[in-house]
Amino acid sequence: MTNYAIEVRDLRVARGGRAVLHDLTFEVPHGSVVGLLGPSGCGKTTLMRAVVGVQIVQSGTVTVLGRPAGHRDLRRRVGYATQSPAVYADLTVRENLRYFAAVLGADRGDADRVAEEVGLGGARDQVAASLSGGQLNRASLAVALLGRPELLVFDEPTVGLDPVLRGELWELFHELAGRGTTLLVSSHVMDEAARCERLLLMREGLIIADDTPDALRERTGADDLEQAFLKVIEQRGKVAA
Amino acid sequence: MSPAITLATARRILTQLRHDHRTLGLIVGVPTLLMILLRYVLDRPQAFDRYGPMLLAIFPFTVMFIVTSIATLRERTSGTLERLMTMPLGRLDLLLGYALAFGLTALVQVGVVSAVALTWLGLDLRGSVWTLLALTLFAALLGVALGLLASAFARTEFQAVQFMPAFVLPQLLLAGLFVPRDQMSTALRWIADALPLSYLVEAMRELTGQAGLTGTLLRDTAVVAGCTVLGLLLGAATLRRRTP
Repeated sequence: MTNYAIEVRDLRVARGGRAVLHDLTFEVPHGSVVGLLGPSGCGKTTLMRAVVGVQIVQSGTVTVLGRPAGHRDLRRRVGYATQSPAVYADLTVRENLRYFAAVLGADRGDADRVAEEVGLGGARDQVAASLSGGQLNRASLAVALLGRPELLVFDEPTVGLDPVLRGELWELFHELAGRGTTLLVSSHVMDEAARCERLLLMREGLIIADDTPDALRERTGADDLEQAFLKVIEQRGKVAA
Repeated sequence: MSPAITLATARRILTQLRHDHRTLGLIVGVPTLLMILLRYVLDRPQAFDRYGPMLLAIFPFTVMFIVTSIATLRERTSGTLERLMTMPLGRLDLLLGYALAFGLTALVQVGVVSAVALTWLGLDLRGSVWTLLALTLFAALLGVALGLLASAFARTEFQAVQFMPAFVLPQLLLAGLFVPRDQMSTALRWIADALPLSYLVEAMRELTGQAGLTGTLLRDTAVVAGCTVLGLLLGAATLRRRTP
């Protein structure tokens, strides 16, 4: 048993003949909310895919909950929600959740529980195609919560949500972490970074900072994290020069 | 593989179909209409007796090919396949789920079309109706298997739809429907002998002409069933848990 929920060592991934992740090494501790922040196209999604074990990697190791990523024992213990909602558009929310619950071997009541948790209790009998973008997104998150997985990997879970709903989802994330769940959440908006316990800042396939939000602000002397991010990039530029 | 997951998958696919009334209507209505059309275009009961049963097998094959290739392509493009691949679902669970759901749908389709053909249109069948239903079910499952396989080679729905004529029409021309296989040139004959639809058409012809289960009928059915299993296994090989 390792101390970390996710342990990545020298991970290298190439897509279409181009290296997208350059020998990444980092850890994610158990029971925390870790934000993966960085501009669009910096490799966040590829990294998350490697963690859930659906990405072909060139070299390096990804260990999740003590097993290699994608191991069959992890298929019930890791919940993953992609950036675009992966649910059946022609099924109702309840039918979607019940199907995925059956695949995971979770009990039927679990479908109703997760629908409530993401605030879709009232829209349970709506066909997914008729949901708003934000609702559809939450339906997809709900699927990832089925069966109470120990690790949740959410790719841009709050895109297109109004501030109230965003706040509610972040509350849910912290509540889950309080119960011992580990969350790896990606975002490209910096104001969400402050809500994470730890931050991984990514740029062009590299992790350029791995710290708590407070430590990052202190280290860079910046008031907000957007400035801190820019400072980090600046400092790296100086080191390289 | 787990029977519970396979059944849940089949149920999910049937629920999707149930939400889509028009597709269900088309699956049953179009072959029925075509059968009626064929009867009156041929206008001779003997000719209808000759071609009718073959079409009874070709309809479920073609329709299930299209429906399956589009449905699995949608799973691939919508991200639901990737999601399922991170879950404890076996590749065969998904494929057998599709085969089960569309096989049942095909039974309804063939049931309605056969009922219309055998009663109203006066189709004369020497063999038993049960053998007819069994053969058409095999035809549908062959369509499902090849549709699953074809969807792996299609990136877009436009491509997937074009695979229908590409996979089905050459087989139809070579199956002995228009020209008997033994009258074709050697090269064409070889190709025809390698295609599963040829055996399906031969089996249906056998069923029209003879009562009882003949050796040819059993052999042809075995070939069609074998091709279905092969198609499903090849289809399973195209489903990958890890992608670039």
